[in-house]
Amino acid sequence: MGIDIHVAGLTKSFGPQVIWQDVSLTLPAGEISVMLGPSGTGKTVFLKSLLGLIKPEQGRVLVEGTDMVAGSDRKVFRARRKFGLMFQDGALFGSMNLFDNIAFPLRQHTRATEAEIRRKVLERMAMVGLDGEEAKLPGQISGGMRKRAGLARALVLDPQIILCDEPDSGLDPVRTALLSQVLLDVNTVTDCTMLIVTHNIEIAATLPDNIGMLYRRDLVAFGPRELLLTSDQPAVAQFLHGSTLGPIGMAEEKDDAELARTPGTRTFDIPDQLRPSPGLPDRQGAHRHHARVMAELHRLPASARNAITAKLTDPPSQTS
Amino acid sequence: MTGPTAEPGPSAGGVSGAGAVRQTGRLFQLAATTVTMAFRRPFQFREFVSQFWFIASVTILPTALVSIPFGAVIALQVGSLARQLGAESFTGGASVLTIVQQASPMIVALLVSGAAGSAICADLGARTIREEMDAMEVMGISPIQRLVVPRVLACMLAAVALNGLVSCVGVGGGYFFNVVMQGGTPGAYLSSFSALAQLPDLYVGELKAVIFGFIAGVVAAYRGLNPPPGPKGVGDAVNQSVVITFLLLFFTNLVMTAIYLQIVPMKGA
Repeated sequence: MGIDIHVAGLTKSFGPQVIWQDVSLTLPAGEISVMLGPSGTGKTVFLKSLLGLIKPEQGRVLVEGTDMVAGSDRKVFRARRKFGLMFQDGALFGSMNLFDNIAFPLRQHTRATEAEIRRKVLERMAMVGLDGEEAKLPGQISGGMRKRAGLARALVLDPQIILCDEPDSGLDPVRTALLSQVLLDVNTVTDCTMLIVTHNIEIAATLPDNIGMLYRRDLVAFGPRELLLTSDQPAVAQFLHGSTLGPIGMAEEKDDAELARTPGTRTFDIPDQLRPSPGLPDRQGAHRHHARVMAELHRLPASARNAITAKLTDPPSQTS
Repeated sequence: MTGPTAEPGPSAGGVSGAGAVRQTGRLFQLAATTVTMAFRRPFQFREFVSQFWFIASVTILPTALVSIPFGAVIALQVGSLARQLGAESFTGGASVLTIVQQASPMIVALLVSGAAGSAICADLGARTIREEMDAMEVMGISPIQRLVVPRVLACMLAAVALNGLVSCVGVGGGYFFNVVMQGGTPGAYLSSFSALAQLPDLYVGELKAVIFGFIAGVVAAYRGLNPPPGPKGVGDAVNQSVVITFLLLFFTNLVMTAIYLQIVPMKGA
């Protein structure tokens, strides 16, 4: 079962430039969350801060009692073993072939025999569609393949928390959809906590239980997917529709004067959430998410509440 | 094994004073971490052997080729000076002492940092910008223990071994030029050698080589782990690592030589 991550008051700046400030949220255990945001809003920095690779100036990231921001190196290193991170461009070791890359965490952290390693690595490679590519070097394969190999490496130790940095960039729409399904199935089987950083609306609308959005140095919102998908905040609505009309500009966020002139929002049709592949058991994260959301339903805005109750005729039992 | 004895000074990076001090501090921190990590298991033996082999393969030939003319130059210079002073019979001792104590560790250091250090810095720098270091840290593996410690140890071992090579080749070259070119007598060369030189001269030469190898390895690793952003940054980092190493080495050499001359009595003194 996954573990939850508590983020409280996190603030990071590079020199005088504030990346984001006072970000507080809890990634619920075993659920899938997505962090949206326009390019350059520090999504990757946020991901790396969760792992303690980048140290924010203020705030805490608590993972089972370990503070990833201010904790001692020894504790942070130990806590990191609970994580699997899929890097934006794979971050494979250039001197090793794909098999050795994916086997690397197993060889470092377990006493598995070479036969066990081989079985597990090949299984993970098949999962991400890389059968038969074991002997290739990272330099010899495409960016999309490197990404999938990076995912296989992140999955190989069955981590309790999986973080994905833009799993969709460099993949075609079909592969992106298939990858979403892979991520959901992984969550179903291992019940891990998942955070996916992306600006792909397709993934955000169909995959996660929770969505957050970083924009203008702030966490705009974080909550059940319906909360963000029905949001009437101009920036969120613009982002969901991929529209040029709204507060988000090409280079910098537009100034407030222009923000005031932006037209009203449209509604976003919430698609059905993905389901585990046939043959897999119920997704425990979905049940927990459902129970949690129902408990705090009264605190959500009306639009989100309506969107959630509209689906109630179709409870999250996942018999397919 | 202690850290480097010299202060890197303002060359350690950064234009402002604070930046230089911070960089210096982080360099020393890396040196200290490397030393403590060297005793932590598991030791990366395969990485160490492959790095040592790599360093040896890129340095042996250039080192030998540099040390022959270097030994010859010292022999010729000392020989001609000694002849003017009428002390020809001491040429052997003087040139051997110079080579074993001074020239040999310096040649080794320049080649280890120029050939091996630059390669280490470029390798680590490329890995850093490809996020391989982050990937390792995410897996809970320290890049310092996994990558830096074997490289620094390999630099040290290679420096010691090369120092032996340079001493032999340099002394041989000096002998050849003194005896064959300048018409010195073999007997005088060897007897002045044994009259003036003593074993501590060799020890201090090897000790210098070890410390120079350590400095070259640590500086290369430091610049490689903290390159300026972008692919061009890696190139700049390599450049800086070689320059910083040279500055540190010459200063360290000065300090070590001064200390050695103070604490070890000269033979026959």
